[in-house]
Amino acid sequence: MFAEYTAAELTSIFAMQGFAGLILFSVFVLMALGLAIIFGQMGVINMAHGEFMILGAYTTYLISNLFADYLPGIYSSYFFIAMIVAFFVTGALGAFVEWAMIRHLYHRPLDTLLATWGLSLIMQQFYRTVFGAREVGVTLPDWLMGSIAVTDMVEIPINGLFVMGLTIVITVGVALMMQRSHLGKQTRAVVQNRPMAAAVGINTEKVDRLTFALGCGIAGVAGSAFTMIGSTGPTSGQLYIVDTFLVVVFGGAASLLGTVASAFTISQAQSTMEFFLSGSMAKVLTLLVVVGILMLRPQGLFTLKVRR
Amino acid sequence: MNKVAAFIGKNQYSHMIILALLLLVVLPLSLDIFRLNLVGKYLTYAFVALGLVLCWGYGGILSLGQGVFFGLGGYCMAMFLKLEASSPENTAIQSTPGIPDFMDWNQLTALPWFWEPFHSFTFTVFAVILVPAIFAFIIAVAMFKRRVGGVYFAIITQAVAAIMTILIIGQQGYTGGVNGITDLRTLHGWDIRTDDAKYILYYVNALLLFLCLFVAAFVIKSKLGRLLVAMREREDRVRFSGYDVSAFKIFIFCLAAAISAIGGAMFTLQVGFMSPSFVGIVPSIEMVIFCALGGRLSILGAVYGTLLVNYAKTSFSETFPELWLFAMGALFIGVVMAFPNGLAGIYQRYMEPWLLKLSKKDESPSAPAVGASEKAPESSDEPMTSEERKHA
Amino acid sequence: MLESTKSIPAKDFVLSVEGLTVSFDGFKAVNDLSLYVEEQEIRVIIGPNGAGKTTVLDLICGRTKATEGSIKFKGKELTKLNEHQIVHAGVGRKFQNPSIYEDLTVFENLELSYPRGRNVWGALFFRRDAEVVAKVEEIADMIFLGDKLDMSADLLSHGQKQWLEIGMLLIQDPELLMLDEPVAGMSVSERKQTAELLQRITKDRSVLVIEHDMQFVADIADRVTVLHQGKVLSEGSMDRVQSDPKVIEVYLGH
Repeated sequence: MFAEYTAAELTSIFAMQGFAGLILFSVFVLMALGLAIIFGQMGVINMAHGEFMILGAYTTYLISNLFADYLPGIYSSYFFIAMIVAFFVTGALGAFVEWAMIRHLYHRPLDTLLATWGLSLIMQQFYRTVFGAREVGVTLPDWLMGSIAVTDMVEIPINGLFVMGLTIVITVGVALMMQRSHLGKQTRAVVQNRPMAAAVGINTEKVDRLTFALGCGIAGVAGSAFTMIGSTGPTSGQLYIVDTFLVVVFGGAASLLGTVASAFTISQAQSTMEFFLSGSMAKVLTLLVVVGILMLRPQGLFTLKVRR
Repeated sequence: MNKVAAFIGKNQYSHMIILALLLLVVLPLSLDIFRLNLVGKYLTYAFVALGLVLCWGYGGILSLGQGVFFGLGGYCMAMFLKLEASSPENTAIQSTPGIPDFMDWNQLTALPWFWEPFHSFTFTVFAVILVPAIFAFIIAVAMFKRRVGGVYFAIITQAVAAIMTILIIGQQGYTGGVNGITDLRTLHGWDIRTDDAKYILYYVNALLLFLCLFVAAFVIKSKLGRLLVAMREREDRVRFSGYDVSAFKIFIFCLAAAISAIGGAMFTLQVGFMSPSFVGIVPSIEMVIFCALGGRLSILGAVYGTLLVNYAKTSFSETFPELWLFAMGALFIGVVMAFPNGLAGIYQRYMEPWLLKLSKKDESPSAPAVGASEKAPESSDEPMTSEERKHA
Repeated sequence: MLESTKSIPAKDFVLSVEGLTVSFDGFKAVNDLSLYVEEQEIRVIIGPNGAGKTTVLDLICGRTKATEGSIKFKGKELTKLNEHQIVHAGVGRKFQNPSIYEDLTVFENLELSYPRGRNVWGALFFRRDAEVVAKVEEIADMIFLGDKLDMSADLLSHGQKQWLEIGMLLIQDPELLMLDEPVAGMSVSERKQTAELLQRITKDRSVLVIEHDMQFVADIADRVTVLHQGKVLSEGSMDRVQSDPKVIEVYLGH
């Protein structure tokens, strides 16, 4: 399959596809981070995670419209406001969902999966009713338009670069928070030994709620970033949910580093293959390999051997 | 008659007869053939729901990819029917006559090798059951031997459903792509599109469903059924009682897959096509709610749940299509949170004591039995003797 | 003393564990452990928390895979077998917390443990015949639950649940019975009954018990093995172990 390309062309192809893979990687990481926190730390499968992300995207869309209508002068900075609002809107909804639904189902993980699926259907239909079935997009501020030409064959779009930078910042932020912050420590304490954590005075219910809200909030930020590189429709979130779950499981559910590494592997594999095979076959192959590896190593790639 | 009752358990017996009356007498007499055909279509989903009762309700294995097995069964049947519909005479206008039309549109010039055996009806009948069962076996061996279960298994099956859909849509020259395999006409020269054929197929379908219900009831009543319940609670204890837990999980998962596949094949026969829209993630998880609404531990509940959800879906879609997803979402949340044992649970809790009281007033000797209950024989006031126990 | 036992060929023992090591990410929960159990012996393993007692049982019954070493049961290597194969070989294991099927009746609990129809087809076509019923009733009488056969197991008291689990093992007639804290949470009279039960059921088998209750240990043990940090610290009769200065230092002295 490589025969018809010259070496220079191949390099460029790999570079371009590699970059396309990096954008996919950013989407995976942003979505998977929230999921890894909720699934890895709490053992809850949130099938509505994609819809939480899309909520962030719609929030960003609304705020960009507000800026365009009322504050056109500072339109170029709408994104930062939108991101913060998206975080709090989705986080608040997450806290509510945890209170109303998830906390009653902690001992029934499979049922949580079904209930959150129901939630995802409701959210999708809500988006369709409010925003219509058609996809919406935001107008990018000027500074995100255009691309940087690296060589005469390789061009890198600025919005993609920005999203990638954002991904790195958010990932580092989340990692620091889980390692250093009070909430992060409390969360890990609750995960390791719930009765003990409760005994030393940690309000485990509050920690659960905050953790879930945090995971959803990060999904909202992911949605915000998502608007930079794609348009938003009611079912955009669902498209990514299975891939993201595979990313999280593949990486070893409890490890953020594993999540990032597995997102990188999967996205790069998929986008590189996409150039040579059809898009659908690339996806089939990637998923097959991931499922195959998971069958050999069900605990994921980055987990330690622990006592049962 | 008593032998049948002993075979599947007295509890199920009277309820089975009521369902039989409904499906075999009441509905065919009261509905026109269009509606009856629709019921027949719904009943094919009930096979999947029944399989889910076995593997999810009893085995504790939630598969979010049952549509794959339904689809595989359906596609096997569709391939046979399509080949019959694509005789060289029927397809004379194609550039390659004698192959299915969608292959011709995709510039295929010969029948792919895996289509060849589907010229034989006998092969097809075996394939309908064996292809999905073997596929399920491969997944199950890989996962259960390595002790993958719970939510991980659910996610993997979901990924399998995704892979299957993408594959079918992507390989349209071999599979008919997103439209599926359509325009199916005859089975051994017998036109399956006429009203008479639809009546006959409805009855074949209903009888097959009862056959599967009997098999399921037998499995649940056997020691294997109790082992599944035991495994769901104390997998380690079962293992340390000398049972190979993975073998039981593999068995029940394959059985569920085979039952779903029969439904898929009957779907193809009654509706006249098969497409990837029954294979993917969304239809697969939708079938879980049929089972959950009926009651995950009730094989008859699976049938009622399927009929109810689909009836609701059809009436909603006719009047307020935009409300359907809200209703469906609410159903998922409501059933899981408020009625984890579904309609069967509600029936047992509220209807049965009332029926019991009613029958006691009438002094009738036998009280209506339990629709489906995971608890095996209720303890009577007096201890059973060894002799009684043997027949319990 | 350990050196002297090592020279005896393994086949004289029901169970011979040699050089057993398991490491969890570098932490050696069991470290080069050797242990020999004779026929019809009641061996009690004691030791402070984290000494690796439960891990040893986990290793023998296949729940945890050993990193190194061998476990021979009647000359058969167990480290390569699956849990259910180890059970078939004749090893029974009771867990620390009563592990029974609470949704089923006492009778069904015992019936499911009856060693027949243990593969898929056998289970599918298993019939409850007179032999099964008789055996279940016999065992139930032995574990003081003869009049509770039709009771749902979740209604039993904690002590009765422990007995039921012991009964579920007895019905399989294992040659080696491993019990993890069988009297934990039992009343004084229940303890006495359990000690009697153990004395009775060990007539034709070996028993490996983990226990903290020293009075109970003294009542039942033929020999005692003291574990400390994954290694054997001392071994011998109760009196001898109790007077061993090493043991007093790490365990009994506290």
